[in-house]
Amino acid sequence: MGPSGRLPTYREIAGPDLSGIGAQVAAQHARVTARLAGVRYVVAVASGKGGVGKSFVTARLGEALAAAGLTVGILDADVNGPTIPRLTGAARPVLRVAGGVVEPFVTAAGVRVFSAEFLVAPGEPVRWHAPQGDAFVWRGTLEAQALREMLSDVAWGVLDVLLVDLPPGPGRLEDLSDLVPGLAGVLAVTIPSGEALDAVRRALALSRERGTRLLGIVENLTGHRCPSCGHEHAAFPGDAGAQLSAEFAVPILGRLPIDPPEQVVRDLGRAVWARLEHP
Amino acid sequence: MKFVCLPCDSQMTFDERAVGEGTFTASFRCPSCGRGVAMLANPWETQMVSSLGVKIGGSTLDADGPMPVTGAFLDAGGAPGRVRWTADALGRLDRVPSFVRGMVKRIYAEWAHDRAIEEITPAVMDEARTDLGLEGM
Repeated sequence: MGPSGRLPTYREIAGPDLSGIGAQVAAQHARVTARLAGVRYVVAVASGKGGVGKSFVTARLGEALAAAGLTVGILDADVNGPTIPRLTGAARPVLRVAGGVVEPFVTAAGVRVFSAEFLVAPGEPVRWHAPQGDAFVWRGTLEAQALREMLSDVAWGVLDVLLVDLPPGPGRLEDLSDLVPGLAGVLAVTIPSGEALDAVRRALALSRERGTRLLGIVENLTGHRCPSCGHEHAAFPGDAGAQLSAEFAVPILGRLPIDPPEQVVRDLGRAVWARLEHP
Repeated sequence: MKFVCLPCDSQMTFDERAVGEGTFTASFRCPSCGRGVAMLANPWETQMVSSLGVKIGGSTLDADGPMPVTGAFLDAGGAPGRVRWTADALGRLDRVPSFVRGMVKRIYAEWAHDRAIEEITPAVMDEARTDLGLEGM
């Protein structure tokens, strides 16, 4: 009990907060903003469903944009299942620190890449140190912090586009929206099937609810093109892309068959860039 | 967070912080009477604060180098336990940026293990570095 006869409350003590947790978190956010100041458009590549080829689309899109003369980065935000290095030919680099930030790997196509895969031994799963074996309690927070640090502590430099390849599910998209208030938009990847339709719909609804711009839809794995006659055979029944496009009033920016021809990918790059440049 | 010395009715100031064995201790001192108190956080409280990338008593972001949270908590895969490290070798390892230290340690340990080398010394590290093309590690 103090001289006043009762315990003081936090707000009654006029002195400064000794830890300033709020200020420390704000400084973390400010660092993300400062690091991305040279990036014209940050684009989330997302889907509510796994296995639709988000990373494949991200990698090919990045290369198409780079081939069009744009400066491009790809952040592999799928901490638990990183595949961007393999898809972009980003060999395991010797990571270098310059000026307090990590240098990204630059692929043969000129795309700057960073992935959690660079931080773990080959073939090792991602595990988090935690006390008493209770990593499940902290995993979500640590994954969100890893996303923040890969945004703020990698030397992204001046880019036209930074593509953020998100893991399945809506959680990381919410984190990214919080960390990057100027997020240029979400590119939703789906496959034609009804199962994908339901899952991607939920992710798009969440994006719309949060006020994040929906750039458009990429329908992936639409079919297999016969090398002899050129006819495309459907890989999955359904028309998820068309239904999502109508429901959310956003365009289909590309339809990619299995092993898409280069021209199809380049057309996707042009369509995405046009959407970014003309809101 | 604020600490108050009740007899003096004064806000205490942050004194020092110690970290060890998965826990941390922060001490605070009364500017009027000099009385000190220490806050001893258990592993869960320590983890909760550390997972947010913040520090009790305040912090500047640049103090720990890039990716401090990821570097501290991401398990890069460990290292084969049969290989010993000399103090000099561990000292050299400390110069590697924290966010890749675990991975680098494993690379050296696997290299040594594959060659039946039981102890890693700076000389072994030099040999492995040349062999593996790990200049700068």
